[in-house]
Amino acid sequence: MLPPVFGVLFDGIAYGMLLFLLSVGMSVTLGLMNFVNLAHCAFGMIGAYVAVMLMKDFNWNFFATLPFAFLSAALVSVVVERTLYRKLYRATDLDQVLLTIGLAFISVAAAAWFFGTTQQPVAMPSYMRGSINFLGLNIGIYRMFLVAVGIVVTILLVMTLEHTRFGAQVRAAVDNQRMARGLGIDVDRTFAVTFALGSGLAGLGGALAIEIVGLDPHFAFIYLVYVLIVVSVGGLGSIAGSFAAACLIGISDIAGKYYVPELGGFLIYLVMVAVLMWKPAGLFGKRS
Amino acid sequence: MRSMLYASAAALALACVSTAQAQDTVKIGVILPYSGQFADGAKQMDAGIKLYMKLNGDTVAGKKIEIIRKDVAGPQPPVAKRLAQELVVRDNVDILAGFLLTPNAMAAADISAEAKKFMVIMNAATSIITTKSNYSVRTSFTLPQVSATLGSWAVKNGVKKAYTMVSDYGPGHDAETSFQGAIKASGGEVVGSVRMAVANPDFSAYVQRAKDLNPESIFVFIPGGSQPAAIGKAFAERGVDVSKTKIMGTGELTDDSALANMGDNALGVITAWTYDHNHKSALNEKFVAEYRKDNNGENPNFFVAGGYDGMHLIYEALKKTAGKTDGEALVNAAKGMKWESPRGPMMIDPETRDVVQTIYIRKVEKVGGKLVNVEFDKVENVKDPVKAAMKNN
Amino acid sequence: MTVLDPAHTMTPQTYMQQLSRWRALEIAFWLATLLPFWLFPTYLSLASQIAITALFALSLDLILGYAGIVSLGHAAFFGLGAYSAGIFTKFVWGEPFSGLLVAALVAGVVGYASSFIISRFRHLTLIMITLGLGLLLHEAANSASWLTGGSDGLQGVSIQPVFGVFKFDLYGYTAYGYALGILFLCFLFTRHLINSPFGLALRGIRENFTRMPAIGADSRAHIRKVYTISAIIAGIAGGILAQTTETVALEVLSFERSADVLVMLVLGGAGRLYGGLIGAAVFLIARDQFSGINPQYWYFWIGVLLVVVVMLLPNGILGGLSKLTARWRRT
Repeated sequence: MLPPVFGVLFDGIAYGMLLFLLSVGMSVTLGLMNFVNLAHCAFGMIGAYVAVMLMKDFNWNFFATLPFAFLSAALVSVVVERTLYRKLYRATDLDQVLLTIGLAFISVAAAAWFFGTTQQPVAMPSYMRGSINFLGLNIGIYRMFLVAVGIVVTILLVMTLEHTRFGAQVRAAVDNQRMARGLGIDVDRTFAVTFALGSGLAGLGGALAIEIVGLDPHFAFIYLVYVLIVVSVGGLGSIAGSFAAACLIGISDIAGKYYVPELGGFLIYLVMVAVLMWKPAGLFGKRS
Repeated sequence: MRSMLYASAAALALACVSTAQAQDTVKIGVILPYSGQFADGAKQMDAGIKLYMKLNGDTVAGKKIEIIRKDVAGPQPPVAKRLAQELVVRDNVDILAGFLLTPNAMAAADISAEAKKFMVIMNAATSIITTKSNYSVRTSFTLPQVSATLGSWAVKNGVKKAYTMVSDYGPGHDAETSFQGAIKASGGEVVGSVRMAVANPDFSAYVQRAKDLNPESIFVFIPGGSQPAAIGKAFAERGVDVSKTKIMGTGELTDDSALANMGDNALGVITAWTYDHNHKSALNEKFVAEYRKDNNGENPNFFVAGGYDGMHLIYEALKKTAGKTDGEALVNAAKGMKWESPRGPMMIDPETRDVVQTIYIRKVEKVGGKLVNVEFDKVENVKDPVKAAMKNN
Repeated sequence: MTVLDPAHTMTPQTYMQQLSRWRALEIAFWLATLLPFWLFPTYLSLASQIAITALFALSLDLILGYAGIVSLGHAAFFGLGAYSAGIFTKFVWGEPFSGLLVAALVAGVVGYASSFIISRFRHLTLIMITLGLGLLLHEAANSASWLTGGSDGLQGVSIQPVFGVFKFDLYGYTAYGYALGILFLCFLFTRHLINSPFGLALRGIRENFTRMPAIGADSRAHIRKVYTISAIIAGIAGGILAQTTETVALEVLSFERSADVLVMLVLGGAGRLYGGLIGAAVFLIARDQFSGINPQYWYFWIGVLLVVVVMLLPNGILGGLSKLTARWRRT
């Protein structure tokens, strides 16, 4: 029999994976491209609604909807990037904030218009529900799945950005745009693809999140604060950092609720402030 | 001097307003969070208002009823107060209505008291709201009315020990206090309690904590919306066995949209509530059928009932006053009023101006392949226990 | 921002004088703020909420527009002021100005204490620390419901007439006069402050934080000072809201309030004294009108407004306009 602390750790990591998937895209766009995208969770919401609609109206299997959640969010983000965002890459942070908050407002209104304000029901396949008993601990099946997805995505991302030609181009374009252009790298395209990747991941995260947290048009705003916390605690542009930060935030949230529920609402903010005071650039960040 | 001038100007304006209203329309200002996180409830209450007007016409006592809708976007009392004030001074409304959220109702009640306007609270459920303005009545329920009733019912029906889980904010604290109070007063025991952070997407840790204590019963209060489904799933995922641990709560917990999300996890959950679309009465069947016709086959819920009954109260009060719209006349007409609502018999307590009604005890069961709140017991003529206690002291 | 024209060199004294000279447009602006009394008496309640929000935006402009500190938790001081004024009014007495003084004092003390933390950080870290501290305060106010009334709001705030004469009336004559008067006084102070050598030093910090100490200006000390002043003004704004609405709810400390005021300031134009004022007025009037027309989807139009402003008028309405007029003058 394992003591409850292992259960708390596992739940915390699973919750962390959810936060990780939602926020890693922002870490990429903010950290690598220096673009403040407060509409990031709106892309997560697109993925979530696409998944729900495919399940509800077309009776798709939950797993089959996931690639489409990724693709639809990525696709919409390319359109937005080409038409609006790229014009502001050199603008001040504040103009970027204004634009992306505006887009988030629009997305919330659009979601309410198209899908209504009700909570969307999600029907998971029955084998994803419930839990298995492992040495006296309840391990939620869906949470195991979340952890697995989180780990796979991390590995894929790190491999892509560190060990592929595309990754090298992204890093080059970020470090010195002019030089990268001089070397024949299509910087515009690289940025567009990076952006689509980040938003697609948010879409995937959104689709995976609905089983745990539900979905209504306010999704675009509710998780913004959590995403910002993960990105800043992890350190900008660091995938490993976001991963570690998401786990830390997830575990401290769950542990706080389990052991000291009186601190329930405070704990993740306390953790964030403490980490940032100790390491202003975040756990794995190079610059703040 | 200047203030005197303003005061008399305002009085003059108000006088003009009241004479202007001796015409043939009655204006009702409805303040609801049409946008934001509570938009869903606002939409449903609005649909209840619309349905009543559709079924009963838009003329009462020779006057045309006109609704002016204002969006308050969330728990924002300064905005609610401003909107109420603007409705009174700019739009010249005769009646203030709506109010989904307690802080907004409290702030608008100041305007009702100052401008002597009849105010109908169609949802907000904190006991003391109606004490803020002598011109206010409530047609929804109070949270203690429901949770204290559930507490004493539970002990009478064999529950000796209860654990409580409530959201850590005003209504949660109210529900906790009144449920625990009722349990203790009836001879039961509270074995533990937890207050859960409001901004709280994941309940698994709280549920695990409760489960580790292995209590005989768990009482839950959480706001409607996304949370009931999330906590229901957490109960199922943690393997809480409903046949061994009774799960009880207020009706939000098993609202239709929550049931759709929870699936079979919800089976066996016991809730106390004022209204469900499965309530068996001829009036309710007609009400549900009419509502479904206008709202894409959705079923009405307590927000709809609150709005519908609120309009009924306004119509009946206007009939009694023969179309007179001053606050004094309307509130006197409303006091002691009794009627048959889709939810059953209702009355406005002449002393507290608060609602007196039947509280139903329901259990989630599968009927014809669908999850349904089945009423199996009821407590009649329940008054708000908080104001009753205030009076006794 | 006024830029020194190298063709017309002048002494620092004349430069400072020129900065602080009142322009006709400014006088017209302040006269226009009196119009609601006569032209739109039924909109006075909205006008006073605009004045309060404008004051709050002005306080944010001091740190953001002039010292480059982006804060996503500025509602902390607004809320502190609101709760201090509300609680003081409820338990001590209802005279309005002493209530504001208490609000300013509490916000100022907390602002000064937190300025030691704030001055150590920059960029995203700073944004997130302000956000974190703001949210912690929000949670604390929710927990301390015995004092704050929690999510039901603080009840029983009953305010006395201003100067013992002007009662807060249903129309909002007194509320608007009171809010506008305090806004104007705080504006005068701020205007004086940013046109002083201290104000110049702040702009220096905004442009280059590390180089300022080299010319003998201690960046951190300046930041602590301006942060405290900004907290005081935000606290006063919150105090006025508590007094004029006679209630305080948790939303005064919310993330939404911090984010909204940031959006308003950027919309109007940060670092331009009038930016926050214009931004607050445009945002709140647009919101009132849109939500009057369409209570359910008005924020769609607010979103469109923000996007259009960014695309057509970078650096906010005032920034965009001054660029346009500059271009017009050149041709």
